[in-house]
Amino acid sequence: MSNIGFTAYLKRDLLLSYRRLGEAASPLMFFLLVSILIPLGVSPDPERLAELAPGMMWVMALLATLLSTEGLFATDHQDGSLEQMLIAPQLLALPVLGKVTAHWLVTGLPLTMVSPLIGLMLSLPPVAMVPMMASLAVGTACLSLIGAVGAALTVSLRKGGLLLSILVIPLYIPVIIFGSAAVQTAVDGFNWLGPLAILAAMLCAAIALCPLAIAGALRLVSSN
Amino acid sequence: MPKTPLLSVDRLFFERDDCNIFEPASFNVEAGDIVQIEGPNGAGKTTLLRLLTSALQPTSGSILFSGENITDCHYEYLASLLYIGHQPAVKMTLSAEENLRWMSPATTSAPEIDAALAEVGLRGYEDVPCYSLSAGQHRRVALARLFTTEAKIWFLDEPFTAIDKQGVDILQARMGSHLAAGGCILLSTHQDLAMDKVRKYSIEPHSDREQQQ
Repeated sequence: MSNIGFTAYLKRDLLLSYRRLGEAASPLMFFLLVSILIPLGVSPDPERLAELAPGMMWVMALLATLLSTEGLFATDHQDGSLEQMLIAPQLLALPVLGKVTAHWLVTGLPLTMVSPLIGLMLSLPPVAMVPMMASLAVGTACLSLIGAVGAALTVSLRKGGLLLSILVIPLYIPVIIFGSAAVQTAVDGFNWLGPLAILAAMLCAAIALCPLAIAGALRLVSSN
Repeated sequence: MPKTPLLSVDRLFFERDDCNIFEPASFNVEAGDIVQIEGPNGAGKTTLLRLLTSALQPTSGSILFSGENITDCHYEYLASLLYIGHQPAVKMTLSAEENLRWMSPATTSAPEIDAALAEVGLRGYEDVPCYSLSAGQHRRVALARLFTTEAKIWFLDEPFTAIDKQGVDILQARMGSHLAAGGCILLSTHQDLAMDKVRKYSIEPHSDREQQQ
């Protein structure tokens, strides 16, 4: 394993997450804990919960992803690995995409996997389970990519968390609109592939553009 | 015909927040040269090294690698340099062996990794997670790269920080063999090196900065 390319960074970041499972699992724990609190705080009435569930689950998934985004480049910046990444003979967008993919595999994918369970707890109608999983899978990948741009821009700030949220949440808005719309249309009994297709188009654009933006931001931030 | 130097720096100049860090730097480095960059704390030694690695873009001036501007042969230049900075780029949760494997060329074999770790005195620590090693041992993990690298040009920023006397001797021996093999080294350190033909380059703080003080 040498520090060049997409797969090298993907594998290393997965290994690093595996070594710090407690930290890596915190978005998932957040997602689970909040969903336990909602029936207690709002209402245990299944009909009211079912009405709120699509939006609620999306908001929780978004916040859980945001929670873990801050650390995406922070440790690399502190220990000097980021600098080594910048001067490796490679197109910077590739290792960046590897890191973001690893981030999605440890945050977005587990969230997607447990979403049917959460859906059950929030009495989400069974027809909406598959749309929920599909929209979360695609949507959280968008969230990881967009969040990484913010994480790159704020990497040299000591307390960049607040600024990161302010930067990134406006960009998250389209994702949450179409993500929860896909689930809501399924609940209402319509074809939910339309909103999902728009979400997928957003993901395609994000895969193409975000790594370049992240690479640019990292160079900018490390240039003083 | 005069030989083209391996590295040729021409009036390299960097401005940060409208403040000039140092006087424009110009020097040549030939194969087999070792250059010690000197200057008081805050003079810009790290800045100069980072400029040379192209992690920083200079405000003006140029760096030629075998006679070619590094912006024209960027990847080729990056592939032939090795930079060890202040932060040793050692991952705390990985073991010494995993860290070195990560930082070494892909062709490095497992025995070579172990041999490199043994060279820097980390035999027996291969599988220990780096968070349980000392500061000096972290440095040693990073410096073990010197034994696996194929890079020709080395930039070392304060390589001897936290390293004991015996370790310094081992590193200087390795640096000597690198020079003999036709490589070159630019390093910043406050220690006197026990090596022959060390060229010294003193950073001149820019006149603006003196006026400010």
